[in-house]
Amino acid sequence: MACEQWRGQLDLYADGELKSEQAQAVREHLRGCSDCAADALERVQLKRSVQMAGKRYVPSAKLRQRISKSVAAKPRRESGWLWKILVLPALSLVILSLAVNLYVSHESARRQRVYSELADLHVATLASATPVDVLSTDRHTVKPWFQGKIPFTFNLPELQGSEFTLLGGRVTYLAQTPGAHLIYQLRKHEISVFIFQDRGEETASLPSGPLHTQSFNVENWTQNGLRYFVLGDVGPEDIHALSKLLRDAG
Amino acid sequence: MKVPEQRVSAEAFEELAMPLFDQLYNFARWLTQDTAEAEDLVQETYVKALRGFSSFQLGTNFRAWMYRILRNSFLSSRTGLRTMVVLDGENDDAVLPAQHTTPESLMLEQADRDTVQQALADLPVPFREILLLCEVEEMSYQEIAETLSIPMGTVMSRLSRARRALRELLAKKRKGAPHGL
Repeated sequence: MACEQWRGQLDLYADGELKSEQAQAVREHLRGCSDCAADALERVQLKRSVQMAGKRYVPSAKLRQRISKSVAAKPRRESGWLWKILVLPALSLVILSLAVNLYVSHESARRQRVYSELADLHVATLASATPVDVLSTDRHTVKPWFQGKIPFTFNLPELQGSEFTLLGGRVTYLAQTPGAHLIYQLRKHEISVFIFQDRGEETASLPSGPLHTQSFNVENWTQNGLRYFVLGDVGPEDIHALSKLLRDAG
Repeated sequence: MKVPEQRVSAEAFEELAMPLFDQLYNFARWLTQDTAEAEDLVQETYVKALRGFSSFQLGTNFRAWMYRILRNSFLSSRTGLRTMVVLDGENDDAVLPAQHTTPESLMLEQADRDTVQQALADLPVPFREILLLCEVEEMSYQEIAETLSIPMGTVMSRLSRARRALRELLAKKRKGAPHGL
């Protein structure tokens, strides 16, 4: 029976899965064949009843609330979690030992205070549910975001071809001075870059160059009246690589 | 629903995922046949999807991706393991010959919503889910194939079998109905 071949196409036709010329051919056949037309009608009706019957359950407002909350409040990146969980206790120990150091050497006390404050900012930020206020990998998004929020401007490097990724940034304060806090990622390690105007008493006479504390590496320098700090738990060569990128851009 | 080729954020996830909430719940409720389980399943889906969002292939179908996560979570749940039966003849990619019109199937028009709902609930899960994806979610065969991780040919044959099974159930229910519905 010639209709067999048409019937094989009727589901596809009803589901809208036929190409326009094939659908046209089916339509023409249906016009002349009452059997196939009745069959097609039945298929469409079945589709419609399932559609109507299938829209049956409505979620509770409570569930909607719970889920939108969990979607909105979750940390944006999960990749660094294990690292954070493992390293956070160690970091707090280190910060404690930094505090002890304050008593040991008066000369290094001020420097350590700055670093421990930066370390606090670094750790507290990463532990926060919303580490960054401007979440973007694009320096052209991140840089303008700071406009009007901090009293200076700075340049960010092109990261293409490097291993670093920009995660975003936030406004931060060191000794009551506003500054930019940028977070970069390198192999699942977060690195903080702090930029302040170099006039605060806390930062003014810090010796530039790399420094290794027990927990992480820091490098800092002054450039165009700005004081940069790069701080993270990656190796000194990685800190230096990011510092160089920033220095070249600034 | 295509996602633009750009780095996406948690906000993007929220924007894409929350509009699917009602549909996902309806689907989950049909799969689990239980309110509490459906709620847990939807919750689990969103948590997993958010966690895996960075691995979501940009430019691919987000809706199918979400449904796939929901379905896979269901399959690994206790109810899912119990209800998901293996279908015979799944490798038969040919579209099955269509049913001849029978007096029963012509009466479908009169089949009321309750009867169809009951019949849908009685169908094996693989049939129920593919019908819901096709008719309620109005997914294309391509989207269904992505969601269920099966080839297009299997989508067609399974749909065809699901419809036949549904017709048979409806015919039986009508015959068994006290007033000869």
